[in-house]
Order: sequence, then C-alpha cells, then structure tokens
Amino acid sequence: MIYLDYCADTPVSREAFERFCEAAGTLGSANARHAAGYAARAVVDAAASDIAALLGADPTEIIFTSGATESNNLAVKGLALANLRTGRHIVSTPMEHSSVSASLAVLERNGWEVELADVGRDGKVDLDALERIIRPDTALVTVSTVSSELGAVQPIAEISEIVRRRPGCRLHVDAAQAVGKTELDVRLADTVSFSPHKFYGLTGVGVLYKRYGAELEPQMDGGASTTAYRSGTPAAALAASIVPALRSAIGELPARRERVAALNARLRSELTRYPLLRVNSPEDAVPHILNVSVEGVKGTRMQRALDERGVCVSVRSACASDGLPSREVLAVTGDSRRALSSFRISLSHLTTDAEIDGFLAAFDECYEMLTKKPRL
Amino acid sequence: MSEKRRALIAMSGGVDSSVAAYLMREAGYECEGVTLRLTRTETAGTHGRTCCSEEDIDAAAEVAFELDMPYRVLDCEAEFRREIIEKFVRVYEAGETPNPCIDCNRYMKFGRLVRYAAENGFDCVASGHYARIERDEESGRYLLRKGLDPAKDQSYFLYSLTQEQLSRICFPLGGMIKSEVREIAAKCGFSSARKRDSQDICFVPDGDYGAFLERFTGKRYPEGDFVAPDGRVLGRHRGAVRYTLGQRRGLGVAAGERIYVYDKDMENNIVRVGPEELLFRRTVYARDMNWVSIAGLDAPTRVRAKTRYSQREQAATAYPTPRGVRLEFDEPQRAVTPGQALVLYDGDAVLGGGTICGEEKA
Repeated sequence: MIYLDYCADTPVSREAFERFCEAAGTLGSANARHAAGYAARAVVDAAASDIAALLGADPTEIIFTSGATESNNLAVKGLALANLRTGRHIVSTPMEHSSVSASLAVLERNGWEVELADVGRDGKVDLDALERIIRPDTALVTVSTVSSELGAVQPIAEISEIVRRRPGCRLHVDAAQAVGKTELDVRLADTVSFSPHKFYGLTGVGVLYKRYGAELEPQMDGGASTTAYRSGTPAAALAASIVPALRSAIGELPARRERVAALNARLRSELTRYPLLRVNSPEDAVPHILNVSVEGVKGTRMQRALDERGVCVSVRSACASDGLPSREVLAVTGDSRRALSSFRISLSHLTTDAEIDGFLAAFDECYEMLTKKPRL
Repeated sequence: MSEKRRALIAMSGGVDSSVAAYLMREAGYECEGVTLRLTRTETAGTHGRTCCSEEDIDAAAEVAFELDMPYRVLDCEAEFRREIIEKFVRVYEAGETPNPCIDCNRYMKFGRLVRYAAENGFDCVASGHYARIERDEESGRYLLRKGLDPAKDQSYFLYSLTQEQLSRICFPLGGMIKSEVREIAAKCGFSSARKRDSQDICFVPDGDYGAFLERFTGKRYPEGDFVAPDGRVLGRHRGAVRYTLGQRRGLGVAAGERIYVYDKDMENNIVRVGPEELLFRRTVYARDMNWVSIAGLDAPTRVRAKTRYSQREQAATAYPTPRGVRLEFDEPQRAVTPGQALVLYDGDAVLGGGTICGEEKA
C-alpha cells in the first residue's frame, strides 16, 4: 500500500505511543480529590504545561478535547454564544473544514449571520475585503491557518491585526493542518484548535488553546473538570501522548518540511507533464498537500482507480457534501467541473522516493485508462 | 435564459436511472441530477447496503459528471422517517402489512421532487421507472400505462401518483425493454454502476421486519398463542407483528397438516393458523383510493386487478363503497393482505388503486 493521505491521519510515533502506554497505567479521575485523583491530575497538568511551553502559552490556556472537530465546534459555537453583546455577525472563508462550516451552519439556523470573505487564486483571504465585511456587530472571525484540501496558507498575522483593532471581535484559528507543517503563533488568536493524530500522535484527543481572557461558553454540560470549558473525565494518557508528538512536530519542522518540499517539487514536475492535469494547490501552499484535477475524470473515479492499484489519496466525497463540488477548489478556480475532478495527495517526511515512483506508475495507468474514455 | 426545456432527473446510481438521465439529455433537455438521501446505515440499523448508501451517491454523482449535468443530494432523512418509516411501523403494529415503496413514490420520490422541480424552474421530473404516462385527449386525464417490458413493469408501485404529479413526470424507459436499457448502459459505460436491482425495502435490507420493528421502536413484541380455527392453542408465536397472511414457514408449529397464518387478532395478540383454504377470498375491500384514468368510480365496473406486485392480474368487478371499493374477484384469491396495495387496470392503463382493508373501513 502506498499511503498518500497523511493529512487525514498519520502513523503514531514510537515516542507518542510509549508515553501513552506509560501514562495509561495511572489510576484515578483527574477530577477526584484523593491521592489517585491527584496523581492523574498531575499527568494532565504536566501535559498542559509542556504543551503550553511548546506553544508559548500559559497552562491554564490549554483545553483537552476529543479531537480537532470537537475543538472547532467548541470554539466556534462557544465564542459566538459568549459574545452576544458584540452581535451575531460572523466572518469566515470558503476554505474551512466542515467542522467549522457545519458549526457555522448551525449558528446560522439559530439567528446568526455568517459572511464569507473572498479568497484569491492563491486561496488567501483578500485582506481589503475582510476589512470591508467586518462590522461593529461582528463577534467572531474564524479562519484556518492551512486549508485541508488545498494546503493554502492564510496570512494569520495580518488577519489578527485587523481583528484586534475591534476589541469586541474574537478570532478562532483552525490549525488542524498547520501544526507540523508551518509555523504557528497561538498568541495571534483567541482560540486555536488542533489534534495530534495529524502530526504522528494518537487519535481521540485534541487541543483547544483559549487565550486566558477570552470568554467561551462550554458546549458539553456536566460540571467543572480540570477546566470549566470541557466537562468529562480528562483522558490523561492521551493528553500526555500529545507532548512528544508536538515537540517533534515543532522541533523537526524545518528538516521535515525540507524533505516534503523536495517530494512535492518532484511530484509537481512529473505530474504537470500530463496535459489534462491541473494543479489546484497554490504555489505557496504547504508542500505536504498537492491537490490536482484531471479534466473529465471525476475525483471519486480517480480515487477508486488508484485505490485498486494500492494507492490511497483523498477526495471530498459527494455524500459528505451533498453532491456539491469542493468549496475550496471552487473558490480558488471558479470551475465546478474542475472542483469535482479534484483529489488530494498528502505527503509526509516518511514518504519515500520509491513510494512516489509507485504512485506515479499507478497514476499513469489510471490517467491512460480514464482519459481515453469517449465523452458522452 | 435558456430556451431548452429543463428536466430534473431522479438518480439512484443504478443502471436504469443513469440511462434515463442519458436519454433525457439526448432528447434535448437541460438536465440536473438529484438523489434523495432517505436513510443512512444507522437509520436502517444494519450494516448492509441500503438504497442511498454512499457508494450509490458516488455512482450517481459520477454518472451526472460524465453527462456533464449538475448534481446534488437532497437530504430527506427526517421526512422519510416521519412519513414512511413511522407509518410502516404503525401499520405493522395495527396488524397489517404495509407497502412503504408506494408511499415513498408518492410522498418522497415524486412528491418531494415534483415540488422541488416546480420551485426551481424545471419543466419535468424524470426517473428510470418502467411505466408510461400519456394524456388522454378525450378525458383530459393523464393515464398511467404499464411499462412495455412485462417483466419490469412498475405501474403497480406508481398507482398513487396524482394527476398533478403525472402531468410533470417523464418515464423515458417506459417504452423500452430491459435488454435495450442494458445495451445503452454498456455503450455509455454505466455498467460499472450498481448492478443489482433494488428488491427489499431499503431500510430493512436483511428483510427481517420483526427485528427491525424491535430495533426501531425499542419494544419487545410479546409472545402469544397460535390458535387453530376450532380454538385449540397450537403453540406460541414470537410476537404477532412478525407474521404475515399466508405465511407457512417459520411458525414452529407441528400440526400434522400444512398450516398457514390466515388471520391476526392484534388486540388479543393471537395469530390464527389453519389449512390453506381459509386463505382464499373472493371479496376484497380497499380504502384511500387514488383514481388515475377516471375521476372516480360511480358504477360497478369490470376490471383486472392485482393485490400484490408479483401477481398476474385477475378479472373482477369493482363496486363503489362509501370510502373505497369492494372488489368481487371471478376466482377466489389467496392471502389478500390488509395494508398491501390493490391496483385496478383497464387493459394496460391503471384505473386506480388503494390500500387493502377490512370491510368496515372501505
């Protein structure tokens, strides 16, 4: 199998797994007031401190969740609900993950107004447009640092500056695809979400950074836990396992990124030889993501053909999106057939040259087979 | 604005609706494909494939892409649960045997789609059903005729379409036989699409209705007695909802002779079993009639009638009753089941149809 879907999930590193196993022996709920509880609490607190130190945050600003989807739900709904005094207007982009866009849809059904800022061909938010659509009653701006389908990188510092000029407005940053792929400064935002399974940690746990002073309405009821923002018994071992994964993701970022950039450059140059292939990812996207379309071949068809040859790539499925083309690709290209043809190759520093060879050979067969079919 | 006529194509991902989409486009329509998402695996409560699984939606989306038509999925799960599944459960609990596909055609497939089409500027809704719609110049009514392929005719399932719906529906496969459709599908490369024709009720793909009812309602249907015509108790049943008229297998009763379910007394939780001759009836009642080729029945009329899809039509005379019809078959009919559809034909045209019921409700 040639796995090129690292943006969906990554293999668990030995360090993360070992840390998990070590901590999993801890007995007790971190919420309990007795020796066992204090021991569990110490594991959770140590994880929060280490994560905070790696992010340049304070330990009280780390909330553990079940994953980035929960973190996004908590941030988007929780910030909106806690910030009604500013208003019910929210600004976002067409480049968001469904856990953000679906949360926004829920808010919209409940009386909020959601407006999407235009993006350019490079997938970046048009800062002038953003400036124009933010209003006095804009309570929240929510953007992803790195978009999940295209890998487009947003100018978070500039966006933050615009938002910070409005004291009533909050900024949520979805960094699920950013950690380990690009630099991240949580201090630019009010909340930041991510999950370690995107950077060689375990699934089932996520983080929401919440700036100390930002008000957030909990989305899960059940009384105070180690934090007031997320009820439930903290998953101490999962929290502990985040630390080594995050440390490597940040510490080894330059070397890993360089390796991935070389793989990406090779793929781009090989793939652009195919006349019906278009690269959808912007030039300055993170190198880990290469989104392409083959004209006249639906993405799901290509995915199946590659899968039959042992290659895993990703497509935004028709079922999940109710048949509508990829919003990200559509926003950037303005071409719905191209968006329907798109698929995502996502790379890792673990990807080998032999795997790229294998992918290219499989792709060549699929391309020949699927593009020579007569048009109906 | 385009001057082309616009068609909304109901696509399931299967061969028939794919060919229907192709034919509509070839006929010059500006087409858009749509799939209704009616259930998900968790709603069906099984891990089997259902009629609107992710694979089917992918298949339909791929065909629409090949034909260069826009495509979308309409999420109708809540409506389907309310209108179709909950009614299915109610009817079963009342001791009848429902036919949810007919309700689905009426309320969901065509009801929902005809409304969607009207709201979105489409001239018609097309699907891959095997039936024909014609306008009778004399009466001004829309006729629903059998599909030309006798093995595929689906008019039985479509009897409940209203005149308003029929005026906006198009069945491009109605005049074709299955082998012609297969040929077009192969030519278009649709053969990789789902091969199996839909058969079971989509939300009960394993066909075990009793288990489905218990999963869906959370109830345990209490055991009770199998009772012979002379009042003897022959054994215990596992909940009356699990049995249907005419059923012989799976009763677990040793009675020396072949015995069949011939009646259910839901109030007293009794399933009556007896020899096969008790299943035969010449008189059948039906309610909630929908008339197609006529405005209504005002005098006794000779018809041909079906009480189940797989049955050949039988000669009968239909008499109007206050709320439906009484049908006197020329020959006694076996296991006519309340809840199922009675469809009356005049030649190959559907006269009308309704739900089989007891005398008191017709």
